[in-house]
Amino acid sequence: MSHMILQIIVMTLVTYAVRIIPLTLIRKPIKSRFIRSFLYYVPYVSLAVMTFPTMIYATNSIWSGLLAFVTGVMLTWYNASLPKTAVACCMVVLISEFILI
Amino acid sequence: MSEMEMKTDQTEISTLELIQTGQKDAIPVALGYFAVSFALGIAMRNAGIGPITGFIISALNMASAGEYAGTTMIAAHATLIETGLMVLAANARYLLMSTAFSQKFSETTKMVHRIIIGCMLTDEMFALAIRRKGYLEPPYYYGMLTLTIPGWATGTMLGILFGTLLPSRIVSALSVALFAMFLAVIIPPCRTNSVLRMVVLASFGLSLLFTKAPVLRDLSEGVRMIGLTIVIAAIAAALRPVREEDL
Repeated sequence: MSHMILQIIVMTLVTYAVRIIPLTLIRKPIKSRFIRSFLYYVPYVSLAVMTFPTMIYATNSIWSGLLAFVTGVMLTWYNASLPKTAVACCMVVLISEFILI
Repeated sequence: MSEMEMKTDQTEISTLELIQTGQKDAIPVALGYFAVSFALGIAMRNAGIGPITGFIISALNMASAGEYAGTTMIAAHATLIETGLMVLAANARYLLMSTAFSQKFSETTKMVHRIIIGCMLTDEMFALAIRRKGYLEPPYYYGMLTLTIPGWATGTMLGILFGTLLPSRIVSALSVALFAMFLAVIIPPCRTNSVLRMVVLASFGLSLLFTKAPVLRDLSEGVRMIGLTIVIAAIAAALRPVREEDL
């Protein structure tokens, strides 16, 4: 079996495990305040680390990527919906690259 | 029509209605998934994942951040341990969501429903499901899945297929859509929670430092992401434990 297939199996099993273990096993809330706080912060940190600076290098020019990042942060700060934010970020890249490149 | 027949009919209509209500509620979610998963498909194509494989990954996982993390690890030829840890970090929020969701299930709900719905738990469908009154009716969730799974998986496959055909400008523009989805999860609560704001800012800053600074940038992408996640979240939890009402 190729390494990629093994990686896909691992990722799927891990995804299922985190989703169903609490739902099926944990009946009582976790008591440790540290662990609860840690679990609370983890998703925000992991998503933040994955987003920046990767997002600004995802486009053809770092400037269009940076503009899209700033646009995304500003729109979501003011609670714009996901589809609106996604479309706006894409448009910013498209338009700015026509000017920049 | 006898009373008994009426009753049977009502139950059947009710299950069907629940499925249809789920489908109706899920239309905007499925459309959003389609657009975002197209961008995910582009990332998968760059990692060397084929259209059928991508379709299967997305249909099975239904996870934007988790799949993106997995794709990054596949592109980096990371070890299985690194892959597992990174996907765990990206999906760790489901530990909390799943814990909260367990309160939404009636004690009489069969375990099989808990397992199937649990495997397909996403931020958006969680939000729709907890908005409904009373215990969750499994058919409602299955109704949502009939639209969201095809939307997510087909979008991924088309992204892998047509990512190659689309002009570079369009691919460049679409590649930020996925990150917009991540921002939509992390930024809104930062507005009211100043600690979270600091945590997110520190994450952005340290991530940039570890991507750019000599020596630090030589760390593999997997080690960098997992290491930063564990260290920053642990420091935040130790210095600023979350108030009970926020958990």
